[in-house]
Amino acid sequence: MEGIIGRKLGMTQIPTEDGSITVVTVIEAGPCYVLQGKTVEKDGYNAIKVAFGEVPKKRLSKPLLGELVKALGDGRETYPAQKITEFKVEDPSKFKPGQAIKVTDVFEENEFVDVTGISKGKGFQGVMKRWGFHGGPKSHGSKFHRAPGSIGQTTDPGRVWKGKKMAGHMGNRRVTVLNLQVVKIYPDKNLILVKGAVPGANGSIVILRKTKRPKPNKPVVSALGSKKKEENKK
Amino acid sequence: MKDHIIREIESEFMRKDIPDFKAGDTVRVYIRIKEMKENPKTKKVEERVRLQPFEGVVIRRRGSGLQETFTVRKVTQGIGIEKIFPIHSPVIERIDVIRRGKVRRSRIYYIRERRGKAARIKELR
Repeated sequence: MEGIIGRKLGMTQIPTEDGSITVVTVIEAGPCYVLQGKTVEKDGYNAIKVAFGEVPKKRLSKPLLGELVKALGDGRETYPAQKITEFKVEDPSKFKPGQAIKVTDVFEENEFVDVTGISKGKGFQGVMKRWGFHGGPKSHGSKFHRAPGSIGQTTDPGRVWKGKKMAGHMGNRRVTVLNLQVVKIYPDKNLILVKGAVPGANGSIVILRKTKRPKPNKPVVSALGSKKKEENKK
Repeated sequence: MKDHIIREIESEFMRKDIPDFKAGDTVRVYIRIKEMKENPKTKKVEERVRLQPFEGVVIRRRGSGLQETFTVRKVTQGIGIEKIFPIHSPVIERIDVIRRGKVRRSRIYYIRERRGKAARIKELR
């Protein structure tokens, strides 16, 4: 399995084994339910379709409900349908429709993950906030404060370059944060603590995946008490 | 307001062995300090844990839950030193309350402007 869908609950800080404190995001990850397998023969790639986040039955469209009933059975009050996505897998036949995927099936502590979410919307923002332009002097007779300044040259090229950084809508887009460490997992509560910040507001849906850009030498922090557990295992 | 699940996680890391104290009290905080030291017999560099006491007056407690901190002030050779400790820090070995002070506010910043006899705090009876 490549990843799991979860819900961002909020942030806090926890003490670590070396006596310092680390900032973590608490994510309710899974359980996700398998809806469908995708195979090379039929679809051209191997993946599974998974769903997360309970939604009342009456809020679902009939086509979607039909798909959910097929995988999870009839007679439920709510169906997981808040977020439906696909994850690449080696062998889709290992997963049966209706099967639950838990955090522990996917991640281990001290592993690194990429987290994708929808960032908080900031509305229509000027160039200083949106792109970090420096702006002008606030006083000393200056009449140039937060404006973008010149946006181009003269007759040649005679137009504004495509992609020019200007004011506009900021936030509310898909953002992925790479290489966040899994600090702790609570299997019975379906919770995962990830080091650092994650895009989106509290309560929003995030997708956790095994990192695509591993950094082998990245230092690992261990939450207080986690070392003892490892010793017990030995 | 914080999510109850987050509060549950925080409570797991909170320490229950911290004595009750407030601003104006004199405390001694024992801090665990890890240091690398050469053992004279074996000539090996070993990690050693040593306890460093820090004694002074608590001038404030702020925050709540796992994030709560307190500030301890002492005057050494005429120079005031203040240290801020997270109250649930695992670095703290223990906290001894030496004296209960009688003060009328929760943050006794005015003590910073006092020197010598004026900086005394009455003991609570």
